[in-house]
Amino acid sequence: MQPFTTHTGRAVPLRRTNVDTDQIIPASYLKRVSRDGFGDGLFAAWREEPSFVLNQPRYDGATILVAGLDFATGSSREHAVWALMDYGFKAVIAPRFGDIFRNNATKAGLLPVVLHEKSVLVLQEAAEEDPAPEITVDLTAREIRVDSGTHGGLVAPFEIDNYTRWRLMEGLDDIGLTLRHEDAISAFEATRPAWLPATA
Amino acid sequence: MNGPAESSGPRTLAEKIWASHVVRSADGEPDLLYIDLHLVHEVTSPQAFDGLRAAGRKVRRPDLTIATEDHNVPTTGITGPGVPLIGPGSPVTDPVSRTQVQALRKNAEEFDIRLYPMGDAGQGIVHVIGPQMGLTQPGLTIVCGDSHTSTHGAMGALAFGIGTSEVEHVLATQTLPSVKPKTMAITVDGALPEGVSAKDLILAIIAQVGTGGGQGFIVEYRGAAIRALSMEGRLTVCNMSIEFGARAGLIAPDEVTFEYLKGRPHAPSGAEWDAAVAYWRTLASDEDAVFDAEVTVDAAALAPYVTWGTNPGQALPLSAAVPDPAAIADADAALAAEHALAYMGLAAGTPLRDVKVDTVFVGSCTNGRLSDLRAAAEVLRGRQVADGVRMLVVPGSMEVRRLAEEEGLHEVFTTAGAEWRSAGCSMCLAMNPDKLAPGERSASTSNRNFEGRQGKGGRTHLVSPAVAAATAVTGRLAAPADL
Ligand code: SF4
Repeated sequence: MQPFTTHTGRAVPLRRTNVDTDQIIPASYLKRVSRDGFGDGLFAAWREEPSFVLNQPRYDGATILVAGLDFATGSSREHAVWALMDYGFKAVIAPRFGDIFRNNATKAGLLPVVLHEKSVLVLQEAAEEDPAPEITVDLTAREIRVDSGTHGGLVAPFEIDNYTRWRLMEGLDDIGLTLRHEDAISAFEATRPAWLPATA
Repeated sequence: MNGPAESSGPRTLAEKIWASHVVRSADGEPDLLYIDLHLVHEVTSPQAFDGLRAAGRKVRRPDLTIATEDHNVPTTGITGPGVPLIGPGSPVTDPVSRTQVQALRKNAEEFDIRLYPMGDAGQGIVHVIGPQMGLTQPGLTIVCGDSHTSTHGAMGALAFGIGTSEVEHVLATQTLPSVKPKTMAITVDGALPEGVSAKDLILAIIAQVGTGGGQGFIVEYRGAAIRALSMEGRLTVCNMSIEFGARAGLIAPDEVTFEYLKGRPHAPSGAEWDAAVAYWRTLASDEDAVFDAEVTVDAAALAPYVTWGTNPGQALPLSAAVPDPAAIADADAALAAEHALAYMGLAAGTPLRDVKVDTVFVGSCTNGRLSDLRAAAEVLRGRQVADGVRMLVVPGSMEVRRLAEEEGLHEVFTTAGAEWRSAGCSMCLAMNPDKLAPGERSASTSNRNFEGRQGKGGRTHLVSPAVAAATAVTGRLAAPADL
């Protein structure tokens, strides 16, 4: 996983609530057995509408998605994270995320930023400005900054637990971390009752 | 089940199961939880196995892991065990689906994991076969790369969906670093009226709590109406916990649970059964346990529910009309309703009973069990599926199919003009040949009415099996009492 400390880029406003992972990437795109190439399927149905925000040339090359309440609920498909990353997104900002998506994102290296609804609205407005200003997502300082434009000077702090932040900033592989506690796992296994089910 | 209980004081059921699975806890870090059962299917696992291979890792406990083919498999043309995946006789015609199923077979073999391939007597939807085999038991921790893993909580297990990176983590370590969610009690007092099912109950709960209302919680369903549900009804309720954002849904095990489990292939037997039951009886929230949130629902006030929009929280009693977005006070909810009605092709004020459907789907991990098929068959017996309506009945597993055929349900369906299929996820998600065409409208017993969920441009109304069957007969959303 690539370490994440700070990222500056342009934002795309997605003014919808309850965007489920079926919208982020429909099931028909989930058949690939690799982790790459899912950008094609990102918001596949909506991308057919010419007015859809990702189809507007002014957002070409944007790297931060600013979404509404309950972003990425529903299906556990990590493909939703891979599709956003493959498309070029580095961070997603929303007032609340589906739990599984938020977990998946932090495992894959896409930063999910939970931000107060009012700040999200301001960022969406900033992204709609002409020309849209660049936004900085600073994981080190745990804040979002709008550097220029009408909303220039805005600093919005966000919360993220220390452990997840540390893992993201170091780009650490969870499995490696867990395997350092192999002894504890084996010790636990030794205490499991014999009647517990086994599949074999 | 392991080690002494850490904390004193009253605890919820979720807290008890959690505490008994903590391998390691440290300040400022997530707990490392031991996983008792890992269910695997073809869609969310290939990249996880690739990750293991790339790192030279093995599956730590193949004996606590099981795999099935469900999402991609067609539900026609499967004649029995040994049906070919490749070559002329293969029912899987989509080459990409075939590759995915092939990858699972290869991975299961390489990593020594028991797999139930399509056509096998043990094959079925991952959340149907776990309970059916008795692998799902009270007090276990269960994960699967699938959000509806919450289903297994109906038997008193702590079960939740995970993503592919976590699937790889569990394969490699049989553990998962997890932050303990908050707890919520949903108490359903009273008794469900005649004609109101577990599906109606959970749709009503989601409408009440809101699609994000369970975010960050493990929910425990309690109260007289929950106790009165059959095991299969409880599985339906817990299945949809994720539809209001809950991490997991739980029901404390009781005689209904033990009765259901007894004699199943993986359930303990003899003296071990007694030891297990004695332990299972301790799995209830302490009387004075404190939940972080509490919700109460009055069962007696419920009626058959249907969804009108594009998320499961957009549901109303069947007797209601399509809501008017302009009359919704919350701006976000009003905008969402407007989008939903445009997508669904519905006009505000239309009575739900006037909504015509093209397709009826009975199946999925929500309502693809024997009692669901019985409920649908009971309505269809002696009746006909309306002209121009296509009805698919898809058992959740090959075992459900066998049992249904044993009691002749398949004949009731085919005589009525419905299609009787083999087991799989089928039209629950548009990943195999069973799909809606653009603009087509369905009444479906599945769990998601998201845009495009059943096929691009398809429109879904979530309903119970009985409402699905009645709708098939009239061609419009209907309850059995309307016939
Ligand atoms: S039946 Fe539907 S919800 Fe259940 S596992 Fe299959 S696709 Fe997922």
